[in-house]
Amino acid sequence: MRLKQIAGVASVLAVAVAAVPALAAEPIKIGFVTTLTTGAAVIGKDQQNAVNLAIEHMGAKMGGRDVKIIFGDDEFNPQKGKQKTEKLIKRDKVDIVAGYIWSHVLMASASTVLDAGKILISANAGPSPLAGKRCNKNFFNISWQNDQTTMAMGEVLNKRGIKSLYVIAPNYAAGKNMVAGVERTFKGKIVGKDMTKWPTQIDWAAEFTKVKSVHPDAVFTFYPGKHGGAFIKQYQQAGLSGRVPLYSAYTIDSIGLPKMQKAGLKGVLGTYMTQFWAPDMKNAQNQKFVADFRAKYGTYPSFYAAQAYDSMFFIKSAVDAVGGKISDTDGMRAALEKADFPSIRGKFTMGKNHFPVQNFYLRKVEKDAEGNWTTKLKNVVLANHVDPYAKDCKM
Amino acid sequence: MDFVLLAEQALNGIQLGILLFLLAAGLTLVLGIMDFVNLAHGSFYMLGAFLFATFFNWTGSFMMGFLLGLPATLLLGMLTEVICLRTLYQRDHLDQVLATFGLILFFNQLVQVIWPLDGVAVPMPAVLDGSVRLGFGIEYPIYRIVIIGCGLAIALGLYLLVVRTRLGMLIRAGASNRTMAGALGVDIKLLFSCVFGLGAALAGFAGMLITPIISATSGMGEQILILALVVIVIGGIGSIRGAFIAALIAGLIDTMGRSFLDVFLLVFLPPNAAEAAGPALSSMLIYILMAGILFFRPQGLFPQQRR
Repeated sequence: MRLKQIAGVASVLAVAVAAVPALAAEPIKIGFVTTLTTGAAVIGKDQQNAVNLAIEHMGAKMGGRDVKIIFGDDEFNPQKGKQKTEKLIKRDKVDIVAGYIWSHVLMASASTVLDAGKILISANAGPSPLAGKRCNKNFFNISWQNDQTTMAMGEVLNKRGIKSLYVIAPNYAAGKNMVAGVERTFKGKIVGKDMTKWPTQIDWAAEFTKVKSVHPDAVFTFYPGKHGGAFIKQYQQAGLSGRVPLYSAYTIDSIGLPKMQKAGLKGVLGTYMTQFWAPDMKNAQNQKFVADFRAKYGTYPSFYAAQAYDSMFFIKSAVDAVGGKISDTDGMRAALEKADFPSIRGKFTMGKNHFPVQNFYLRKVEKDAEGNWTTKLKNVVLANHVDPYAKDCKM
Repeated sequence: MDFVLLAEQALNGIQLGILLFLLAAGLTLVLGIMDFVNLAHGSFYMLGAFLFATFFNWTGSFMMGFLLGLPATLLLGMLTEVICLRTLYQRDHLDQVLATFGLILFFNQLVQVIWPLDGVAVPMPAVLDGSVRLGFGIEYPIYRIVIIGCGLAIALGLYLLVVRTRLGMLIRAGASNRTMAGALGVDIKLLFSCVFGLGAALAGFAGMLITPIISATSGMGEQILILALVVIVIGGIGSIRGAFIAALIAGLIDTMGRSFLDVFLLVFLPPNAAEAAGPALSSMLIYILMAGILFFRPQGLFPQQRR
């Protein structure tokens, strides 16, 4: 009897052991490069939180296999970003690489992933070369191309009857792109343009004094990260809020708004911006994402977080389509080109240069029902917009 | 040219100059009197900003932020001098550069460990928010006038300290001939700690003044340290008077360049070229000035008298 029992237990165990390798195949490994140190780390942390939430929401499974995320810290530095990307490819042997906040970091790292024959997905950076002449069959962007958001802004300014515009932006690649975007579509007159030293200049006393003397209908600005907060603060201190309407791109986000509210910078309320997404978008995927993100981390997700969350479901849709065989790059690519997944921005299609063809909306800074400062969606500015570089992509 | 615009930009330039002076004063004292190259001077600017923000958030009072922040920065400066820098006085300038560069990295990481990654903001107190009319149609933010006033008061205080007090006499004695002052019974070690602490507190004060405008962030010191170094080179190393005048010149040139250079260039260049050259040239202006001073007057505008 006793012996029989033991034999029984042993046989159950034997079956269980035999079954283990079949169930737990190698997990799918995804590398995610973002900024986790330096002053820009708040953005990276927001993305990291969103990726972890996405993995939690999908039960840590893609195509029936377990998923493992390996984060790489680019330290806001192209050279470090490339090193971390090489480590992910060579040592960690990841199946796919995603992430990248900064255009210059992505430009330095892209070839490392693409030359290894792996798929690369940008969760923020949208530099023009990768959208145009240097587009690649294995590169996908899940956010937007740099020029698009401010092209939408130019249209908004036209519609709102702005005749004279003053532009203040940092004097580096992205700043120039953003200004070029507005200039592409804005029909009024640009009465002043200051391109400031980046990133060292963080006091705009001289520029604001000029704005006051010119009396433009509106000011347009682009200052990402901590510069954005300082800009808004000084705009109010200079007495310009309420006197000259402020329009911005990527300057006011969910990371900065709670801080501005705490500091009582009321001047930011009522200002307009354009973007492809907003936290109050009405679709099931977005509502779940925003609600759970707020419950877990206490703040509204930033657009950086939204894109990172999307990138995980984007990858999942392709891995599901090839039944977990992520090494089937051709199958993966075909599935990614369909972009058939529930996106936080709602329905969109993948353009032929692998950048999204999507709507751009007008957003306004307002209070939510509980009095928290957030941005609310107003209307579509550009519908199904194709970026201006797509025509240069031969693929 | 519009008079109001010119006047307001001049005030902006003076305000930037005052801020640079507060940093440069400490830097020039330490370099001139102690013959010590302190690259970590900007770190005290940053630490001052963070301490001020923290004390402000604890007490809710703007004044208390300064009253607690200033001695704290002074103490931190003296502590750093006693622990890390004292042994380096006899060493080569390059060793000092290396050690104080290490301190920059240390302090930048330290504030990221202690405070939030994206820094700490301080709201502008209601009484100092807004602008005042100064006549002739000139309208200027109150807080920036406060900065100018504080800076001028500090400059006067420093002048009186160095010229009229016993400590000032000792500082001048130590600067002229360190060994002789020591032989006459002056505690040089203590004196140097005091000078270093004073310099740190001045830099910290500059950081505190700017915090309501730009908020305290890691690495904010290096951006302004470079300008402060330019100022002491122009003014003459070791001279507080030189630092004051050079700081005002640098502040005015930088601001005026940012304001009017693109308009000025339009006279000579086609619009596209002027638009591209304007920002590039205006950010170089004070370095061009420094190069000019170094060429024609390498000892600076007000060189220190050495015996």
